[in-house]
Amino acid sequence: MKNHKSFLLLLLFCLLPVLAIAGPKGAPKPPIVFDDPQVEQDYQELAEELRCLVCQNQNLIDSNADLADDLRREVAKMLKQGKNKEQVTEFMVNRYGDFVLYNPPVKSTTWLLWGGPFVLMFVGVFVLLKKIRANKQESQTDSADLSDEEKQKLQDILKNQ
Amino acid sequence: MKKQFMTPLIVFGLLVALLVVGLIKAKYVRDVPSPLIGKPTPVFNLPIVEDLQKNFNSEELKGQVSLVNIWASWCVSCRAEHQVLNYAAQKKGLKIYGINYKDDLADARQWLASRGNPYVKSAFDKEGLLGIDWGVYGVPETFIIDQQGHIRYKHTGPVSAGDLENIIIPCVESLKAGKEVHCEKP
Repeated sequence: MKNHKSFLLLLLFCLLPVLAIAGPKGAPKPPIVFDDPQVEQDYQELAEELRCLVCQNQNLIDSNADLADDLRREVAKMLKQGKNKEQVTEFMVNRYGDFVLYNPPVKSTTWLLWGGPFVLMFVGVFVLLKKIRANKQESQTDSADLSDEEKQKLQDILKNQ
Repeated sequence: MKKQFMTPLIVFGLLVALLVVGLIKAKYVRDVPSPLIGKPTPVFNLPIVEDLQKNFNSEELKGQVSLVNIWASWCVSCRAEHQVLNYAAQKKGLKIYGINYKDDLADARQWLASRGNPYVKSAFDKEGLLGIDWGVYGVPETFIIDQQGHIRYKHTGPVSAGDLENIIIPCVESLKAGKEVHCEKP
């Protein structure tokens, strides 16, 4: 029984650093609710495309960061006010830059990102074609290299079959 | 080694080099470039921490070179920065305006009373909505504002004594002198 208690105490002790992580005070906020299913769908799509600035490998939906919660509410508020997805995206980009977009726009600074895979693909196809052609030529020259005697032998074998 | 094995090896080597560079650079990615640089500050008019009857209007930032510092009493790294800000305001004569981000009013007042108040005034941004307008994602953040009320520089994270001497003060001085400057990290 005593062991049990000290184990719990140890567990509580382990939790202390977690509790000590600083963040703004305040009671948990109410969940975001929508009346219009279309608005809710827009919200879901947007929040999946927008990056959380605090934990940068998560989108707004996934992130538990305080800022992500604020931004989710801001996105929901604007959509409820009747703003469309483009306007909300513009609002975010004006404040946080293209960095918030998981789906970056095609610009002079992002052409490598968008074009790179295609360039690599073309290079790959080019190299492949070249290899195939080289192989073909090699096999042709191989047969041409046979001496007359060998050719005769080959013909005999083929005939006998 | 046969030539046919060399090509994949070289390609693999280049790929490794690319990924290593990416890994090393990854720690700097946290510094998200602000799209607000060169643009006017967000427009706002909020009550101030010191006296909720009084306001901090964004118009006040025009006509002078100033710093805008986003702070909160719950922010641990603000503690280290606070001494630097006190020094900057008292000894270097910098004008620092504060935005108190998502804080408890009593805690914020206690903070200023016990640690000193380097701010001309601090807007009380209880809900953090002004913070969103400034593109805040990690407190503390510090902005340099020119005479036209345009944002010229953004510093994410606590301003160290070195940052103050090497980046902030040279930038502020050149802005005051009316020189065309690009305030950047050296």
